[in-house]
Amino acid sequence: MLKNALAGAAFAVSALVCSTAFAQTIGFSQVGSEGDWRPAFSANMQESAKDYGIDLKFANAQGKQEEQLRAVRAFIAQGVDAIIIAPVVVTGWDQVLQEAKEAEIPIFLVDRDVEVKDPSLYVTRISADFNLEGKLAGAWLAAESKGTCKIVELQGTTGSAPAIERKKGFEAVIGQFPAMEIVATQSGDFTTEGGKKVMEAFIKSTNNLDGICASFAHNDNMQLGAIQAMKEAGLKPGKDVLMVSVDYVPAIVEALKAGEANASVELRSAVGKFIYPVILDYLKSPQELPKWIVIPSDLHTAN
Amino acid sequence: MSDRGTLNRIIALRHNRAVWPLLALALILIVDGFISPNFFDIRIVEGRLFGNLIDILYRAVPAALIALGMAVVIGTKGIDLSVGSIIAICGAVIAWRIQAGDPHLLILFYALVAGAVCGVWNGFLVAGLGIQPIIATLVLMVAGRGIGLLINLFYGGTNPSFESELLQGLSTGNIWLIPTRLFVALGLFLALWALIRRTALGLFIEAVGGNAAASNLAGVNSRLVTFFAYVICGVMAAAAGVIMTADTHTSDPVSVAMYSELDAILAVVIGGASLAGGRVFLGMTVIGALVIQALTTSILISGLPPEYNLVIKALVVMAVLFLQSDNARSAISRLIPGGSR
Repeated sequence: MLKNALAGAAFAVSALVCSTAFAQTIGFSQVGSEGDWRPAFSANMQESAKDYGIDLKFANAQGKQEEQLRAVRAFIAQGVDAIIIAPVVVTGWDQVLQEAKEAEIPIFLVDRDVEVKDPSLYVTRISADFNLEGKLAGAWLAAESKGTCKIVELQGTTGSAPAIERKKGFEAVIGQFPAMEIVATQSGDFTTEGGKKVMEAFIKSTNNLDGICASFAHNDNMQLGAIQAMKEAGLKPGKDVLMVSVDYVPAIVEALKAGEANASVELRSAVGKFIYPVILDYLKSPQELPKWIVIPSDLHTAN
Repeated sequence: MSDRGTLNRIIALRHNRAVWPLLALALILIVDGFISPNFFDIRIVEGRLFGNLIDILYRAVPAALIALGMAVVIGTKGIDLSVGSIIAICGAVIAWRIQAGDPHLLILFYALVAGAVCGVWNGFLVAGLGIQPIIATLVLMVAGRGIGLLINLFYGGTNPSFESELLQGLSTGNIWLIPTRLFVALGLFLALWALIRRTALGLFIEAVGGNAAASNLAGVNSRLVTFFAYVICGVMAAAAGVIMTADTHTSDPVSVAMYSELDAILAVVIGGASLAGGRVFLGMTVIGALVIQALTTSILISGLPPEYNLVIKALVVMAVLFLQSDNARSAISRLIPGGSR
C-alpha cells in the first residue's frame, strides 16, 4: 500500500519534472489593449497556451515600440525557446531581431507585419490577411447589391496597415463592377466616436444618404457609430443602407441580430489554436516555413 | 463724415479680442458654403433640428466643456493634460456601474465624482506638492487610460456597450427641437460663469495666475485657489465624458477623447487667453471651441482624402493665430504702403 503510494508519488514527481523539462517557454510581446478585439486576442493567447502546456511570458507594450524592444530583449536574456511579436509598427526591427538570431531564438510574428532587410530574421508571420477581409466584404456587397452600389467608406486610422489593406482588397473587388463606386470616404480612426462623427457629416453632405446603397467600415466600432448616427437622423441602417464591416465584435453580433448591420468579416481573436501548433512543430523540427501563414477569415451575416 | 466715423469704429474694432476668432469662424463657414451649396440648410428630422450648423454646435459641446475647465486652470498659470484620461475614466465608471445595475441618476453622480476625484489628485500634486502643472497632470494623462482599462476588467470588459435612457437623453436626446446637450452646455456655462464672475473666485484665479506671490501677500490663499481650479477642470471634463460616453453607447478608454487636451488648450488660446495665466475668458473659449469644430466639420464634408485632415487643420489654426497676433498684423500693415499708422 505504502509502496504503491510512494511509487505513485514518485511517478507524479517524475511526470512533473518531465513536463517542466519539455514545456516550452515562449515570450509574447503584445501591442497593447486598445479596442475590443485586442484584449480578446491577448486573453485567448494566454488561455490556449495552457492547453498546449506552454509557459507563456506575456508583455504588454502599451502601444510603444521602445517598450516592445525592451520586452524582446528581456525575453532574449531569459533564454526563452521562442518569441512571438505582435509589432506596434513595421520598421525598426533589424537590430533586435539580429540579437535574437544570435541567441538562436526563433521569432514568430502575429497580427501585423515588419519590414526587415534580411527576411531570415523571423521564421514566419501567422496572421489574418487584411486584404482578404476587404475582398470578402466587397464580394458580399457585390453579390447583395447585384453589382450596382454607391458606397460610403469609413476608413481606419490613416496610414495603418489594416486601413490600407482593407481598402485595397475592397477596391480590388468592387473595381470589377462598373456600377459600384465609393462616393465618399473619410477616416473614423477605428473608433465608435470617429465613425459616428464621419457618418453624421456624410448624412449631411449626401442629403440623407440619398442614393447611397452601402456603408463599408474598416472595423465594427466605426460601423456601430455610423449605425447610431443613421438612427438619430431617422434612417434605418441595415434596410435603407447595407452595412458591412470587419472584426465581428460582440456588439456587432447584436446589431446583426437586430437587423441594423448586414455583414461582418470576422477577424478571429481565438487564434492561439492556429499559432501555437506552428511554433511547437517548428521547435520540434526546425524547417523553412512560408513567410506568411494566413489564418482564414470568415464572413457572418444577419441570418 | 459719418462714413469716416463708421470706418474708424471698424478700425478700432480690431483691438477688440472678440473680433478675430469670430472673423475666423465666419470665414470657415463662408468657405463651407462654397464647398457644399446646401451647407446652411436646417431641417427638422426625427423631431429635432438637423443640419451642418446644428452639427457644429452639437459636436462642439464636449470640446467646449473641456476647454472651459481648461480656461480656468490656464487662468491660474497652470495646464491640465489629463482631461482626455479623465474622460476615459468617467466612461469606464459609467459602463461598469451600468453593468452592475445601479440607478442611472446615481451613475451620473458617480461619473462627476470620478472627475472631481481626478481633479483633486491633480490639484494635490500641483497646489499641495508644488509639482509643475505640466508634469503633475502628465501623471494622470499617462495612467488614466490604464485605470479606465482596469475598471473595464471589473466586469470582463469584452463588450462595454450599454443603453441608458437618462444618459443618452442628456447626450443625444432633444427638448422641443433643440438637442438636450446644448441646454446642458448652456447650464454648465452659466453655472461656471456665475462661479467665476459673480463671486470673487474669478478675481482670485486671475490674481494667482498673474502673480501668485503678490496675491498671497494680499491675503489670497493661492494654493487653495489653484487646487480648486483643477477640481473645476476635472468636473467639467467629467461632464464632457458623460456626453461623449453616452453618445457612443460604449466605453473605449484607449481611444476616447484622444488629443482632446490639445484641442482644449487651442480653444482657450484662440479665445485670446495667454498660457502665462492671469486671464479667464469663458465666452471666448466657447468661440474657440466652435472655430475648431467648424474646421473639423468642414474637413469631413470637403471630400478631401483623409491624409490631408491634420495638415489642413494645422494650416487653418496657424492662420487664425496669425490673425490674432498683434506683431504679425503690424508687420503686415508696415509692408503695405500707406497702411502703416
